[in-house]
Amino acid sequence: MAMLEGGREATGTKSSLITAQNLSAGYSGRRIWSDVSFSFGRGEFVAVIGPNGAGKTTLFRVLLGLQRPLGGSILVFGEPPRRGNPHIGYIPQRHTIDTETNVECLELVRLGLSGTQWGFNPLAHHDRDAALSALESAGAADLAHRRLGALSGGELQRIFLAEALVSDPDILLLDEPLSNLDIRREMELLHLVNNVVRTRGVTALLIAHNINPLLPHMNKVMYAANGKMATGKPAEVLTSESLTRLYGVQVEVLKDPHGNVAIIPVEEHHGNVP
Amino acid sequence: MSISPNILADLQQIWSYQFMQNAIEAGTLTAIVAGVTGYFVVLRRSAFTAHAFSEIGFAGAAWAVLSGIPPLAGLLLGSNLGGLGIALLGRRATNRDTQIGIVLAFSLGLGLLFISLYSGYATQTYSILFGEILGVSYDQVLETIVAAVGILIGVGIIYRPLLFASLDEDVAEAKGMPMLTLGIAFMIIVAVAVSFAVQVTGVLLVFSLMVTPGATAQYLARRPSRAIAASVLIALLATWIGLFLSFYTPYPVSFFITAEVFVFYLFVRFVFVRFRWEKISPGTILKSPSDRSG
Repeated sequence: MAMLEGGREATGTKSSLITAQNLSAGYSGRRIWSDVSFSFGRGEFVAVIGPNGAGKTTLFRVLLGLQRPLGGSILVFGEPPRRGNPHIGYIPQRHTIDTETNVECLELVRLGLSGTQWGFNPLAHHDRDAALSALESAGAADLAHRRLGALSGGELQRIFLAEALVSDPDILLLDEPLSNLDIRREMELLHLVNNVVRTRGVTALLIAHNINPLLPHMNKVMYAANGKMATGKPAEVLTSESLTRLYGVQVEVLKDPHGNVAIIPVEEHHGNVP
Repeated sequence: MSISPNILADLQQIWSYQFMQNAIEAGTLTAIVAGVTGYFVVLRRSAFTAHAFSEIGFAGAAWAVLSGIPPLAGLLLGSNLGGLGIALLGRRATNRDTQIGIVLAFSLGLGLLFISLYSGYATQTYSILFGEILGVSYDQVLETIVAAVGILIGVGIIYRPLLFASLDEDVAEAKGMPMLTLGIAFMIIVAVAVSFAVQVTGVLLVFSLMVTPGATAQYLARRPSRAIAASVLIALLATWIGLFLSFYTPYPVSFFITAEVFVFYLFVRFVFVRFRWEKISPGTILKSPSDRSG
């Protein structure tokens, strides 16, 4: 607990909430990525980009303490990850909630705070207030009394964001919250997350397939491919040299006038295309 | 006995019979327990599992009859073993429907074997299959009280984690909730609840108390605590009215209970809900999953 407080005190100093040294992860017998080092401080918005199977979700599972790393060291709030850390908010990768779920959204968000408590206290209402304020932060106050099963994809992601925020976390892990969203909802959700990162000083890691919508918001990028990850500021990672090293084939990073990037293999049309 | 316009006098007449007192007491306790657990059964989409318990319990009960021990003991043994097995398989096992179906069919076959081996009266089999609330003894009422108190305390303890795990399993797991323990605890609770509900409705009709009230309640209230209250109320009313009607008619209680909950479900699902939801969000009932992106 003392270490945890230490992590919380680090607000002022720029010391990091998450530090990894030569980390490798995977399942027994199959290493998904190895020799990954990074360090994220408070209030950083990190985009985690890469193709399917590159081990992005595995990284989250390691941070959540759901999966042991195969090697190297990882510290979250200055201590090894442990399952059930209330200072981490998490949106898992998923498609939807059953359309027949006739439970109101507020209840799910409340459970984000009190769902880990045993016993039954019909008079406890502190979780209700916290849930209402989390819904407010996630721009979903108007959805509080709607049925979970009747929400659209974008609305559902805002509820999941509120559920992740309700325990007032220092780290947010968002696994593909943008999938299934159209461009407008995608931008809206990113603005919401960015707002949370800035106003609450939360460190957010967001997994996505396309980096371009994230460019205006993010401080750092983790690019996963080929059993490795390249981490750093966008300007450092999104270069032809760095991504060529990562992919092991010649790639070129092209930028359009708006700053959007396209990553294109220079070799003939064979080899490791992202 | 015939029904009179004076309901109070009718109720007095019903209450004057010991077997009706037993039936009302056991039925009331069972309805409360079935209403509470049934809500979670529906929320977790475990209706088929609950049904499987009763059929595995049937094999157990038939074996118990054959061995000369109380059928309830066999029911409890069978359904709890089934519950433990299914919980250990895990909720994530995608083809669990298939596995349950396989075990279910085998259990019914086993039950049939035990019955054919049993040379005695067939009424006991009939009552296991279709319920025999009017034959409940005072001792069985006491047993039901113990089971009901145990189940309600159990549900009270795991209430919030169970709700959390039912609505959002991945996040609950990441938050450190012991999913396997929760799953086992819930399955045991359902297995015991099913075993007692079988006394009222029988193995084949256990859905009418374990599933239909919970399913109907989800359309009536969006907050779990209220939906559970509604589920209990539906199960209670169905049981009471069923007992009342069957007292004055030659027809079985189980039939009345199944018919009442079914008719009420239809009313809520197709009349009440349309009237209520369309004010809030038009057309949501008709939405299919493919319409829901964006």
